[in-house]
Amino acid sequence: MSTHTLAPPPSTRRSFLKSAGGAAAIALTIGFEWTDTSRRALAAGPATPLPGTTFAPNAFLRIGADNSVTVIAKHVEMGQGAYTGIATVVAEELDADWSLIRVESAPADAKRYANLAFGTIQGTGGSSAMANSWNQLRDAGGKARLMLLSAAAKEWQVPVTELTVERGIVYHAGKKRQATFGALVKTASSLPVPDTVTLKDPKDFKLIGHTAPRVDASAKSNGTAVFTLDVALPGMLVALLQRPPLFGATVKSFDATAAGAVPGVVKVVQVPGGIAVVAKSFWAAKLGRDALKIEWDDTKAEKRSSAAIMEEYRRLADQPALTARTDGDAGQAIKTASKKISASYEFPYLAHAPMEPLDAVVKLTPNSCEIWAGDQFQTMDQANAAHTAGLDPQQVSIHTLYAGGSFGRRANTRSDYIVEAVSIAKAFGAEGTPIKLQWTREDDIHGGLYRPMYFHKLEAGLDDKGTLTGWRHVIVGQSIMAGTSFAGMIKDGIDPTSVEGAANIAYAIPNVKVELATTKTGVPILWWRVVGSSHTAFAVESFVDEAAHAAGADPFAFRRNMLEHEPRMKAVLELAAEKAGWNTPLPPGHGRGIAVAEAFKTFVAQVAEVSVGKDGQIKVERVVCAVDCGTPINPDIIAAQMEGGIGFGLGAALYSEITLKEGRVEQDNFNGYRVLRINEMPKVEVHIVPSTEPPTGVGEPGVAPVGPAVANAIFAATGKRMHVLPFAKGGAA
Amino acid sequence: MSTAFVLNGKPTTLDADPAMPLLWAVREVAGLTGTKFGCGMAQCGACTVQLDGKAVRSCVTPLSVVAGRQVTTIEGLQSKPAKAVQTAWVELQVPQCGYCQSGQIMSAAALLETNSAPSDADIDSAMSGNICRCGTYIRIRAAIHAAAHSLKV
Repeated sequence: MSTHTLAPPPSTRRSFLKSAGGAAAIALTIGFEWTDTSRRALAAGPATPLPGTTFAPNAFLRIGADNSVTVIAKHVEMGQGAYTGIATVVAEELDADWSLIRVESAPADAKRYANLAFGTIQGTGGSSAMANSWNQLRDAGGKARLMLLSAAAKEWQVPVTELTVERGIVYHAGKKRQATFGALVKTASSLPVPDTVTLKDPKDFKLIGHTAPRVDASAKSNGTAVFTLDVALPGMLVALLQRPPLFGATVKSFDATAAGAVPGVVKVVQVPGGIAVVAKSFWAAKLGRDALKIEWDDTKAEKRSSAAIMEEYRRLADQPALTARTDGDAGQAIKTASKKISASYEFPYLAHAPMEPLDAVVKLTPNSCEIWAGDQFQTMDQANAAHTAGLDPQQVSIHTLYAGGSFGRRANTRSDYIVEAVSIAKAFGAEGTPIKLQWTREDDIHGGLYRPMYFHKLEAGLDDKGTLTGWRHVIVGQSIMAGTSFAGMIKDGIDPTSVEGAANIAYAIPNVKVELATTKTGVPILWWRVVGSSHTAFAVESFVDEAAHAAGADPFAFRRNMLEHEPRMKAVLELAAEKAGWNTPLPPGHGRGIAVAEAFKTFVAQVAEVSVGKDGQIKVERVVCAVDCGTPINPDIIAAQMEGGIGFGLGAALYSEITLKEGRVEQDNFNGYRVLRINEMPKVEVHIVPSTEPPTGVGEPGVAPVGPAVANAIFAATGKRMHVLPFAKGGAA
Repeated sequence: MSTAFVLNGKPTTLDADPAMPLLWAVREVAGLTGTKFGCGMAQCGACTVQLDGKAVRSCVTPLSVVAGRQVTTIEGLQSKPAKAVQTAWVELQVPQCGYCQSGQIMSAAALLETNSAPSDADIDSAMSGNICRCGTYIRIRAAIHAAAHSLKV
């Protein structure tokens, strides 16, 4: 999409994170009044304030006369615990009663709800939800608390300094008088919002660091949580879209006679993405789509096999590439080293495969477009929907619902599924009929926007003491940001997401060169949980392990000795090793491997323990994880994200790959695209480093080290290195 | 065509294509949306319901198959083991995105209804048809053990 007017993000995620602690992070909208009741009903359960009985001092908080405290979340809840984390920070500074907290999703409004890590764009990604909101939400809660105190002081004619707050109740000294937040709503609403507020000393935190229960756990355990799949509007129709079988193919001609004759099919429409069948039910739409006869024009389609593309990548790794980092002279250092090693690593395309196949509901009229989705990039989706519908972005409203997983798939600058839904509604007639676009699992697996395929080639030199003196790393693969509204972040031809985790290798090595050859293919690609580190951490941590072996050194000690200048990384490495009992003996046939990574300023180290069965079958027995994510806001959610990230990363390392044969995706569903199941999940222990640093994210970083930790454990057990992912491809899983 | 069966304890007649998968009949015709669509071919378990007390994948069960039989969805769970499972799910904070959890709970409830003290191997066997992309497996296992334990005391 090049015609809309999205400004590129003004800063990288990393550069934001450096300044996240600054005062610039505060941007409250004062006097915000919530009016949309339908969103409340859909998004996060009932909320009951009546007009005029609500205290809404800023864009993030609303307190009702019924004592309800509603926190407005600008980030989507897709499993990572954002709703709970956001509510925890507000409730902490507010001294609210956690049992009365509700969370509802913010509307699409970048002025009030921008992700401060992205600049002016509302969206969720890069594990930034808590990092970018931390100061903003503390301020919002703290100022609201001060206003409630001032209201009580005014009503009781006492100094504010004599008042205290506990669990949503304001007390006067000696607790002779008390009032709930709800009772103070009216007076508080009449007071000015203070310019500044003194935030709590972290030692006084009652919720932060103390594991508030998830706000969504009950609704997600009794079937009442509302996902886009569950949206049912009066007169709503369901659409399925037949997309081309090859990436880049287009419709040459089609015959909808049979499809149109399926009972329940209302209309068959052609849209830029293919042919859509709009019906009264999913089943009718499915039968109708199955009955479509389409001739495709594949003259411009990608017709290569993934194996052929990888072959080209191998060749490119030996050609001159762009430099992403140079320290000293790596080539010379390796040439003159007393020991040289080299290795390559191959990474497949990966689908995100969230459990909820992509879906969106669109209600389009000539002057409005209303969208319901597990929306992750509201500002982009708003702009792309507007462009597709021929409207202004302000005419597009978005109800952000719970997302049934995403892993990056819904954070999509092209807004593919949203644009499809809007284009179908437009072709249908734009007369206000709500239409739900539903993807099937096959649509998801075939649908592209994969984690790119990559080839990594590494060389290193060690001196006679076994110290790494030179390190050269070449990465070959597609750019995620090229051609998107993030393209402004590409500097000197280097897409930061292609090299993160490699160009910033943390180990103290005097001569380092990291190079990138960016490729173009017809396969659409996108970021996937932990982005660059989903492959770079594997290459770096596997090759460091190979270097340790070449040096005859212990893999843990070898790493630690190169991390003296990286105290946080070193600390998680040491903690994981200690808790895993790194130096304790293992039973025969078992092996231990270690890996450490930094992603989005969160540090994670993992020690994996594997066993090898008599048949050579690898079983991952246990993963011990140490994480430093700054101030731990909710230790139980941090642990859950590490556990889940390990399961997600392990499934990819062991089993998952998307392959193409003559341009056609060879996998269809979870039978061919294999992911981790419960019987394959290891025991996991998570240890959190105590910290008072500003909080960083936990949704993604736990994914990075598990693959290499397991690969290194397989080497320890079998002597075999994993150079091709998934391991199953090499017969090791 | 209409199909008569017992849905969550209530005699129910649904007017729909008898070939329509039970999943869509329950969701779009009966309006019970707790049961989820994940794969459409019995690979992921998100659509798990109980048919005469046994966990089945409703995405590959034609509506006609359930005529005259008992169907239970997440909305209709009543048994003591099922309630214990749901309580444990909240206590151990199992859900992340939550989308697969109705199916996980239906499978876990069916397991505990026939096996009051499942081993890890029993859990693997009963639950390996239910995918969770968020990777909540450790807590699913722990919650099933916790639910089993709570039924003993």
